[in-house]
Amino acid sequence: MACAKFDPLPPELADIQVRMEGYARGHGLDFFPTIFEVVDADELNAIAAYGGFPTRYPHWRFGMEYEQLSKGYVYGLQKIYELVINNDPCYAYLMRCNGLTDQKLVMAHVYGHSDFFKNNHWFSKTNRKMMDQIANHGNRIRRYVDRFGREEVEDFIDSCLSVEDLIDIHSPFIKRTDDENDHKYDFSADDEPEDFSPGRFKAKDYMDRYVNPPDVLKMEEQRLREAAEQRERSPDGPVRDVMLFLLEHAPLKTWQRDVLSIIREEAYYFAPQGQTKIMNEGWASYWHSTIMTRQGLDPADVIHYCDHHSGTMATSRTKLNPYKLGIELFRHIEDRWNKGRFGKDFEECDDLVAKHEWDTGAGLGREKIFEIRRIHNDLTFIDTFLTLEFCREQKLFQFGYNNDFEYYEIESREFPKIKAQLLDNLTNRGQPHIAVREGNYKNRGELFLEHHYNGVELKLDYARDTMTNLQKLWGRPVHVETVLDDKLTILSFDGTEHSSSQSEAEVEEEVTSF
Amino acid sequence: MAMKIEADRSRFKKIVRGKIRENLRKYITHEEMIGRKGKDLVSIPVPKLDLPHFRFGNNGAGGVGQGDGEIGDPIAGGDDDGNGPGQAGSDPGAHILEVDITLAELAEILGDTLELPRIEPKGKARIVQEKSRYSSIRSTGPESLRHFKRTYKKALRRQISSGTYDPARPRIIPFREDRQYRSWTTVNVPEANAAIIYMMDVSGSMTDEQKEVVRTESFWIDTWLKSQYDGVECRYIIHDAAAKEVDEHTFYHTRESGGTRISSAYRVAASLIEKELRPEEWNIYFFQFSDGDNWGEDSEDSISLLRDKLLPAANLFCYGQVESPYGSGEYISSLETAFGDEHENLILSEIEDKDAIYDSIKKFLGKGI
Repeated sequence: MACAKFDPLPPELADIQVRMEGYARGHGLDFFPTIFEVVDADELNAIAAYGGFPTRYPHWRFGMEYEQLSKGYVYGLQKIYELVINNDPCYAYLMRCNGLTDQKLVMAHVYGHSDFFKNNHWFSKTNRKMMDQIANHGNRIRRYVDRFGREEVEDFIDSCLSVEDLIDIHSPFIKRTDDENDHKYDFSADDEPEDFSPGRFKAKDYMDRYVNPPDVLKMEEQRLREAAEQRERSPDGPVRDVMLFLLEHAPLKTWQRDVLSIIREEAYYFAPQGQTKIMNEGWASYWHSTIMTRQGLDPADVIHYCDHHSGTMATSRTKLNPYKLGIELFRHIEDRWNKGRFGKDFEECDDLVAKHEWDTGAGLGREKIFEIRRIHNDLTFIDTFLTLEFCREQKLFQFGYNNDFEYYEIESREFPKIKAQLLDNLTNRGQPHIAVREGNYKNRGELFLEHHYNGVELKLDYARDTMTNLQKLWGRPVHVETVLDDKLTILSFDGTEHSSSQSEAEVEEEVTSF
Repeated sequence: MAMKIEADRSRFKKIVRGKIRENLRKYITHEEMIGRKGKDLVSIPVPKLDLPHFRFGNNGAGGVGQGDGEIGDPIAGGDDDGNGPGQAGSDPGAHILEVDITLAELAEILGDTLELPRIEPKGKARIVQEKSRYSSIRSTGPESLRHFKRTYKKALRRQISSGTYDPARPRIIPFREDRQYRSWTTVNVPEANAAIIYMMDVSGSMTDEQKEVVRTESFWIDTWLKSQYDGVECRYIIHDAAAKEVDEHTFYHTRESGGTRISSAYRVAASLIEKELRPEEWNIYFFQFSDGDNWGEDSEDSISLLRDKLLPAANLFCYGQVESPYGSGEYISSLETAFGDEHENLILSEIEDKDAIYDSIKKFLGKGI
């Protein structure tokens, strides 16, 4: 695909692009230059399988994705309409066989995404030249494959991918050290190697070997050296960025370290897209809907547009549709701020009728949603703006697993429960919170991780297999401290056998408050 | 443009095959894991194709959904097969991938694993038959084939764009040009040129468990032979003291009682190949399953029938003897004494239990004839 040549946009599509871009700019959207490329269904599926980057490194899971996408497409179960890459310039792919109406809609939608990528704070630290960077990653890994063999490299990538979600998504925004020393290479460290020479007693020359016996000195030096290593491998506090810890301390070969760093870098690049799924899709849908219904549609497009739009917004009882939730919440907020339904007066108003008819004509809606798209992610978006009225309107409910009957059932339609559940699912991208506590556990160079238990246990078989992969990376036994059956448990894997030890003490469930 | 993705795809497929290879024994003996879906699709759950991560277990699973329903209404079944509810904002998280494998692919895997040789068919002219498939759309055709939805949509679109659509009175009148009709294409389907004749002993000594063994083994034999021939004709014969030809369902579900006369089944088979499945036109495979219990003097009759009528006509004659708590199990040794290594196309196999099916299939089909 690296050699793929894309034709320039056909004239009718180029015309539409000019129109759509004009409308989008007219509404105040501010986006990267956006390049549209028309591709066949097969190519689109392939590009989508690679996460949007045709030059990505080789790996079987992309083949698996492709298999699923193309099977789904062939059997008419699913179809990708659009694919857009967070990059400057922003690349977007259009499916060749789509009708003009679809292409219009997709372009309007893409300008929404492009604006979001450029302006949303959570994307601000992502690499905007990722197209080039990923191609570079691809080449590096391909080179390792040529040199060390596909099996070996792939096996190692599999192990790395097992821990790819163990990153610290907030770290790009936190300064943990002083700026001055942060990125600068510390030359002095190399010039003056750390001093491990032990203290000596003052003694006359002829007495020296008795007062400061050489073998004792040697042992002392050894001890100091080990203590220094120990310091280095024992972080002050828990380290969320497990991948970084592995990069710095695991005994890896140079190529392995490089592969691990590539996978970590890509994980950080993709993380904000996971953090802003609802907002991102909601924002893009809001704009395609606004642009299409106000300006973009020709009479002949209407039926097809409605068909497509309502298909995208379809709701399900088992899976929230981020497009639907996002667009509706943006509209709800716009309406509230247009009518001035916020602030002290509104919140404290007890008169339901007055509240229902509340309209100060504030007209701040548009301004508000632009502000939101700049500073929020899904978690804070839902936390700040989900309201009781909205939940009612959208018929949201909270469901849970019924252990007796072994199915999922609707548990509640109460607002606080819905909101708590939604926030729960979004916190840490719905994944357990795992951090490194120590890299030299029991002074035996073993890796010790901790799971911040908040009432939900780890999936045990998955945890065991993940530890097997972790052990491959770390080279020494690994341990995870977690809670099973309300008891503090340490899961261990020593390279051949899994074991667990449980303490007798019951663990009080940490109550998370919202 | 050579797509890189093809390399990754074939890599993935190889891994999938590897998984199946590892578990093949299990599949063969637990065929309930395999379902024929539609015409020739079978879906095999291949666990653990996604890489392990630290994940939450089931005890806290829950989420938010949208729609109608009372509290306590079930919304989805709960086994951990990835059909459970997903979470907003997370990636689509299917935990176990259902890999659809066509029977052809499955047969290939079976062939690879058992190292089965390709079958050389006896050279026969193949008869090709034309069939119609309704799979396309055109703008003319008989009213009985009109595609209502497409016609309606086209008319609606025309009315809206020409401004004759009135939302207050949404009446859609299709013109001649709006009408869309289903249409067919003709495909060539080759006629069957291989026949499998199954014979089973259903006398009182054959238990349900033994029929299960027969059924599982037949499924895999079917799969393999169907991958080797364009069409396969299957015939079923059951016998106790007397024999008759039956349909597939009856074959697997009948339980009769009474004595056993194997020669009766051979007679029915012999008349079948005389009247319908002439050996000059068909590649014929016989599979006989029994617990090996036969009436004393009948074995001689059976052996001579087998020698004179069946073996000369057959590509392959396989006799599988399942172990039974009741039967004497003598028949297989009678056959061995009578034939020895005389006939290359006669294969005998003893199937002790479900786990032995694997080896039995290998024995039956390992010669490639």
